[in-house]
Amino acid sequence: MLTKRVIPCLDIRDGRIVKGTSFANLRDAGDPVERAAAYEAQGADELVVLDVSATPDGREAALHTVEAIRRAISIPLTVGGGVRTIAHARALLEAGADKVGVNSAAVERPELITEIAQRMGAQCVVLAIDAARSASSWEVVTRSGTNRTGIDALEWACTGVAAGAGEILLTSFDEDGRGNGYDLQLIRAISGVVNVSIIASGGASTATHMVDGFEAGADAVLAASIFHDGVTSVGELKEQLRAAGVPVRMMEVEP
Amino acid sequence: MVSIVQTGVANRASVIAAFERCGVEATRAATAGDIEAAPFLVLPGVGSFGAGMEALRAAGLVDALRVRIEAGGPTLAICLGMQLLCASSEESPGVEGLGVIDAMVEALSQPARPRFGWNRVVPEFGCEVITEGFAYYANSFGVCERPAGWACAMSALEAPFVGAMRRGAVVACQFHPELSGPWGLKLLQRWMAMGVAAC
Repeated sequence: MLTKRVIPCLDIRDGRIVKGTSFANLRDAGDPVERAAAYEAQGADELVVLDVSATPDGREAALHTVEAIRRAISIPLTVGGGVRTIAHARALLEAGADKVGVNSAAVERPELITEIAQRMGAQCVVLAIDAARSASSWEVVTRSGTNRTGIDALEWACTGVAAGAGEILLTSFDEDGRGNGYDLQLIRAISGVVNVSIIASGGASTATHMVDGFEAGADAVLAASIFHDGVTSVGELKEQLRAAGVPVRMMEVEP
Repeated sequence: MVSIVQTGVANRASVIAAFERCGVEATRAATAGDIEAAPFLVLPGVGSFGAGMEALRAAGLVDALRVRIEAGGPTLAICLGMQLLCASSEESPGVEGLGVIDAMVEALSQPARPRFGWNRVVPEFGCEVITEGFAYYANSFGVCERPAGWACAMSALEAPFVGAMRRGAVVACQFHPELSGPWGLKLLQRWMAMGVAAC
């Protein structure tokens, strides 16, 4: 049986970790390589790195950050943020990513998903969907939440999986950074229409929130602030999940 | 020193980084001569069975790999690399694999979809190079029946499947040791120690 995964997320800009609320008001939250190594030691099941740089120099710096993180860890690494071309995806994989996250560019041109999946395999394409509540459903937002697309998030999830996405990183724009828990209705809705694994993101600050996320249909949970700010460690959190009956991988000491 | 077979993109950087963390230098194996000469060879691979075999054929590596593995040269096959050692795969009907493992690769769920995550691996007799622990998997397909002549370590999703196989100094893993944390790094070290002992 696959265990449920706990995935710290590092938003990086110009070689540093940053964190904000609803994708804005970024503040410094530490050195990415140090944090990555610490999270692996605590029992993180994977890492996600999102490059939130706004400039070409920032993008170049992110490749070096990915290389440095790769040298420091031996757990899966997903890298996303501003991936628009297959060449960029390949550069990230060569720098040490195991999976590539696509978001805004895939909304604008869904063929990007198919291109990466065909060349590098569906297991290497993570479709990041940022979803904001709308009147009766959820709407896809792009470009760090500044662009409301009018596209229904459920329809987009189905389109993205049909195009070749192997996994969905589902972020609630409304709950991101607020610490009040995931948008559970969103997780239920998306996991009800696609059969790929769902990484829940945006809003969790306690183990209870994460248990709720798993029960709603998530296969993995992603969080940033609670780990960066030292509210809890990955290890403490997984102990709490285990106590709540969630199957998780605990760090083992070999004889 | 380990040599890593060029199979298209793969996640070569992660494999190299894992060996470097074990203090082992990694180099490329791009030709049949490289495969013959390598003291330790790694066959990684991501992507589809058909594309993987096509890449090996185009590079002229098929015969060299068969000869090396039949002779028991220290070899580690990872994920798609393990599947390529088998006879065929449901993923790419009609494509002939390397065939050094008498097994067919099957879809682990219907429809086939990538199954990501950490799963417990339990070694059986003869496969103690794999210790019991959690390994990271990212696969849609796998081998369900234990092949003749290979000692196995098993995992299970809805049903049991082969997590890893060993014959002499040849180890083939469906999971990714290079992404399986300290447990995976120790496996890489044990595989190399076993290869040294076999020489």
